[in-house]
Amino acid sequence: MKGKKEIGKTIDCAVVGGGVIGCFAARELSRFRGDFCLFEAESDVASGTTKANSGIVHAGYDAKPHTQKSKYNVAGSLMMEKVCRELEVPYKRNGAMVIAFDADGREKLTALKARGIENGVQTEIISSDAARAKEPRLSDRVIAALYAKSSAIVSPYELAIACAENFIDNGGRVYTNTCVVGIARHERGYALTVRKDGKETTVVCRAVINAAGLYADEIHNAVAKPIAIRPRRGQYVLLDKSAMPVTHTVFQTPTALGKGVLVSPTCHGNTVIGPSAEDVSDKTALETTADVLDEVFRKAALSVPSINKRDIITQFSGLRAVCGDDFIIGESADGFFDAAGVCSPGLASSPAIGEYLATAVAKKLGLDENRAFDSHRAAIPCFATATDEERDRLIQSDPRYGHIVCRCETVTEAEIIEAVRRGARDLDGVKRRVRAGMGRCQAGFCTPAMVKILSRELGIPEELVTKRGGGSYMGI
Amino acid sequence: METIEKKIVIIGGGPAGLAAAVAAYDAGERDIAVLERDGYGGGILNQCIHNGFGLHTFNAELTGPEYAARYLELMRARNIRIDYDTMVLSVSGDRTVTAAGPRGMVRYDAGAVILACGCRERPRGAINIAGTRPSGVFSAGTAQRMINVDGQRIGSRVFILGSGDIGLIMARRMTFEGASVAGVAELMPYSSGLSRNIAQCLDDFGIPLMLSTTVIEIRGRDRISSVVVANVDENKRPIKSTAREIECDTLLLSVGLLPENELAMGAGVSLSRVTGGAVVNDAFMTDVDGVFMCGNCLHVHDLVDYVSKESAACGRAAAEYVKAKAPCNTDKSDFVTIKTSGGVRYCVPQNITRSGGGSITLRMRVDNVYRKARLVVCADGAAIINRPRPIMTPGEMETLELDDKASTAVRKAEKVEVRLETEGVK
Repeated sequence: MKGKKEIGKTIDCAVVGGGVIGCFAARELSRFRGDFCLFEAESDVASGTTKANSGIVHAGYDAKPHTQKSKYNVAGSLMMEKVCRELEVPYKRNGAMVIAFDADGREKLTALKARGIENGVQTEIISSDAARAKEPRLSDRVIAALYAKSSAIVSPYELAIACAENFIDNGGRVYTNTCVVGIARHERGYALTVRKDGKETTVVCRAVINAAGLYADEIHNAVAKPIAIRPRRGQYVLLDKSAMPVTHTVFQTPTALGKGVLVSPTCHGNTVIGPSAEDVSDKTALETTADVLDEVFRKAALSVPSINKRDIITQFSGLRAVCGDDFIIGESADGFFDAAGVCSPGLASSPAIGEYLATAVAKKLGLDENRAFDSHRAAIPCFATATDEERDRLIQSDPRYGHIVCRCETVTEAEIIEAVRRGARDLDGVKRRVRAGMGRCQAGFCTPAMVKILSRELGIPEELVTKRGGGSYMGI
Repeated sequence: METIEKKIVIIGGGPAGLAAAVAAYDAGERDIAVLERDGYGGGILNQCIHNGFGLHTFNAELTGPEYAARYLELMRARNIRIDYDTMVLSVSGDRTVTAAGPRGMVRYDAGAVILACGCRERPRGAINIAGTRPSGVFSAGTAQRMINVDGQRIGSRVFILGSGDIGLIMARRMTFEGASVAGVAELMPYSSGLSRNIAQCLDDFGIPLMLSTTVIEIRGRDRISSVVVANVDENKRPIKSTAREIECDTLLLSVGLLPENELAMGAGVSLSRVTGGAVVNDAFMTDVDGVFMCGNCLHVHDLVDYVSKESAACGRAAAEYVKAKAPCNTDKSDFVTIKTSGGVRYCVPQNITRSGGGSITLRMRVDNVYRKARLVVCADGAAIINRPRPIMTPGEMETLELDDKASTAVRKAEKVEVRLETEGVK
């Protein structure tokens, strides 16, 4: 991403990890005066758990009271709408319902409602008729539902990318393909060893924010009492925009492993179904499995029987970073701040976690306010959602808006070029910024054109264009 | 925003759109615009550099680009307008076509619209192959374009899932490119491609066709490193004990084509669940007045020659319509719906107008491999057509051309049925 220069001798704070938590922490840090860097091991920010989750801004009724989870979830959920407006990120308060199929389920709804009250989140228990009035395709077997008006959906990867861009605009630096491989105490704070292109460099920083997701334990354990992050896989399927079985986020009653299988619209009008909850041992175990996906779909069909496998356009999985029952948020060693074990409701919590971490670092280091801070980040003008008059103006301003590269999502060459200008380096980077390849043909038509545009804009041969960095070359 | 009035607007400058335009012109209509999103005409033909096109239409064996060039020459000779780099974004029920192009947005007010938008490939996600999501997994047509048009080298050890025609042709193409093709797996017990392609693209190169076999897992973190294949049982479920790993750096998917009909849906056109295309009458009109459809967005064809022939009939019908002569598909009392049974999956056109004239051509596909069978057309219980077919396969489209007498009988009948009769031999 842009904003690069030589990493200085001593910086004020290093953020380790470019997921939604790290990007939010970085963005909030840039409200203060200082030298801040974000290091991301992958080729792009939002490449890990942030790109593969449900995209739900949970209202906060579900988290156990008086935990970090409930504290940050409730606070984050309240902040999310405003911050999405500032960052021009897709957000929609679509409301959620937890459905019950039997008396046992109804009891769970009552318990959830009480928990909500304790957390300061208003919900109501509604009849099956009222639930079906809101959501006509709900199963006939539903006997009652807990309705949470304040639940919302957000585009998680766009949120992280927007935070990173806003961070850069306010003076921060983002280093992708840069892995923090070592961390040690240093007289001025911490010495980080970072590896990029096989070359190691030492960065001295006065404070560290550990938002390394699945790998937060490795960073943490180098300087503090050991913790262990366990990956918990969630597999999903995504339905075509033409399906739209629900407008609310529909949950089943939660289990010990999580909030169960949900059926929810996404901000862009697809439908997401999932996740599974499988404890796996490998932090790279991102494969999907046929049996589990079948099970996920079967469970989802209990909520909304009309969902059809014919509408599936893709499937994916993400790994939640689980560390015990709660988030680990706070100063775990002198000047070393953790955001570890941030599984669900991590996305909903991210604005509040980011704000807390940045404020804590600023206080620790005695940083002044950055008076030049601009909270606004402009989104890439979107051709697909523009009116015909706006489209005409866009094409007049740049004829490349008249060249539609991705037909399914109506994404133009101008948007793709702007995505590259803002930091996309591969097909997935473009996809997450402007949705080219995200539609029903799943990049069948636009891949050849995208490879050409990336090759041209990045000044690299076509065979070196990758799907998502590393060795994921499109050619051989 | 510029507004252009046209008698006929044709969406898509591929083989269907070009044939429709030429035929509409030859039927006397001069006020035609073809809208093409690419910078050149011919559509998918441009990447089909193999030969075998045009045997019916031009009595010559042509490559795809040569076939396209012949039609573009017919367009030039007639001076028919093609608006290139023009991507249609919406079609309304009252035939307003809104498009984006390099000079801005354009609106076309059309007397008739012909949808000739072609089809797209079914992606990996739609067939739910488990595993990782590495690079090196392409739909066969995407790979074909990258190699034949863009000159890229996409892989050296290839496995192909799906024995549709593009899959078969790509098996040969990748071999010519110096890659080794480990095999072609087909879920069904028969190939859905043309017999001649199995012979010329697989057999000639010793590439194994693995019937009743599918890919159950994709492996590899950055680039695909292998696939796991397994035989399937009679319910198409993988038999886990037969799973085996095949190393590859490229997986091509040729697992079906889907008519591209988002514009049609936006215009309010009713689509068939079987074909994915519109329900049309024998004038190729959809159930939206003045909106016609032909080519692969109506139903997926096997040979481009048949696309041209069908689309020409569509173009002529649209020309008739704008002269206010063509029968309308919206009047339910004016048509008979053809019923299909006994192994005939579908028949296009679905509706035959009672007030229409001329001979009728029925195009259909069967649901299995049938030997020594007959295609029978019944009008009010009487067999008016009874044609023997030594072999029929799902991969090959069947055509029944009805003479004037049979066509008249169909138009007059209360009930029309197309069915397949066998002597119990499959």
